[in-house]
Amino acid sequence: MEHMFKPVIDDESRQYWEGLKNHKLMIQQCLDCSKYIFYPRTICPHCFSEHLKWVEANGNGLIYSYTVVHRAMPPFKDEVPYVVGIIELEEGVRMMSRIVGDRSQIAIDKPVSVIFHQIDDELTLPYFQLV
Amino acid sequence: MKSDYIAAIVGVAESELGVLPGRNVLQLQAQAAKRALDDAGFTKDDVDALFSSGTWQALPNLMLGEYLGIQPKYSDSTNTGGSSFESQIGHAVAGIQAGLFEVALITYGSMSRSIRRNWMPKTLTLQYEEPYGLPLPLGQYALAAMRHMHQYGTTSEQLAEIAVATRKWAMLNEKAYKREPITIEDVLQSPMVCEPLHLLDCCLISDGGGAIVLASARAAARAKKRPVWVLGHAETHTHNTVTYMPDLTVTPARETGRRAMEMAGITHDEIDVTEVYDSFTITVLLTLESLGFCKPGEGGEFVSGQRTAPGGSFPLNTNGGGLSYCHPGMYGIFLLIEAVRQLRGECGERQVNDAKIALVNGTGGHLSAASTVILGV
Repeated sequence: MEHMFKPVIDDESRQYWEGLKNHKLMIQQCLDCSKYIFYPRTICPHCFSEHLKWVEANGNGLIYSYTVVHRAMPPFKDEVPYVVGIIELEEGVRMMSRIVGDRSQIAIDKPVSVIFHQIDDELTLPYFQLV
Repeated sequence: MKSDYIAAIVGVAESELGVLPGRNVLQLQAQAAKRALDDAGFTKDDVDALFSSGTWQALPNLMLGEYLGIQPKYSDSTNTGGSSFESQIGHAVAGIQAGLFEVALITYGSMSRSIRRNWMPKTLTLQYEEPYGLPLPLGQYALAAMRHMHQYGTTSEQLAEIAVATRKWAMLNEKAYKREPITIEDVLQSPMVCEPLHLLDCCLISDGGGAIVLASARAAARAKKRPVWVLGHAETHTHNTVTYMPDLTVTPARETGRRAMEMAGITHDEIDVTEVYDSFTITVLLTLESLGFCKPGEGGEFVSGQRTAPGGSFPLNTNGGGLSYCHPGMYGIFLLIEAVRQLRGECGERQVNDAKIALVNGTGGHLSAASTVILGV
């Protein structure tokens, strides 16, 4: 089934979505307070600096929490059960993602690493798998 | 208590509740508004401030004001989800304190049961979450529940205690939608929707509306019934989606509960009845901890043994809650309505003895916003 989701590619989000197509997980870092930032922004939410740069995340992190979805709405209805989690990257930022692999092994605080899941020519998503 | 008596709730009412095909949100709000003004002994002409909230229109107060024939001096359509109306109580008290108006009408109406909205694409910051297919808001609360279980060993049985106790209150409320008894086993055997939450851990989806009339001390003096004073209020929001919630086990009620109780000059043991948002059983457990009724991680133990049920030592969600009474989208207004009725002693079979002080806590979004109101007579 065609994925109904189409990212809104604008000046703020382009680097992120384009990075994924090239199998790079791009996040931002503040040049003033050095903290990492996800999702893409124009201003640092920690110190309000406008001096941000794009960096490639190393792709490793821990499962902060997860759920197994047993009932879903279209377009995801036919994929159940699947695992959605919050990943805390080593850089300190959190992001939502899918966690793939053996469900019985998935647990909070376990290490995971990014894999790149191509939906179609336009969209590649970062998923995570147990290390 | 140290709070000044600035403003009081003098009228409350629900509209019709339940499954109401053929109605619309304006009808329901008009019905509730009329009933709440009757309850106060006021008329439409007494109203000089209009408060409402909802996603049914881009500019809801303009349409509502026109429909009701109200041209207010003050208008507020703050939307923080389920906590909106607790926040609007705070805003209205501040407006009255500033001398901007005398009588506020707060209304809400929703057709969330009978008019289901189609799936709509999410934009802006939600584009970073939508492609993973987390059901909203359910999945967000499931993530919080899973983390709480991991961190503190909280169990599904403990969450089920909340659903069972709330149903017992609903059995005492003739307006409640679900009134047949359930057991902990029933909750655990109900279909898993988003682990660790079962179907019976989730609130109802209803049609319905409610209204509140809040008056200055001067205006409250001519109300038909005994005024229920707003002794304290506080609000905040800390995030939009739980991915960015600072700690998945602590809601913003930690901040608002402390500030509202400080404003009211009360301590936990002075509270007679508690009404907190119960979108899901986990919402209740996290809120009780965050409000400081028990320590972080002790919520499961706190609700065990049907402590929050009728006859238990901690009367909670005494109308049957969003879990069993009604839940038309932004449920917060119904928490206030029930607290007022308890403090007036109007609750019949479910009346909490000698209730003088109530704590109400609305939760909005994805555990994102909290607003606490302390009421007293």
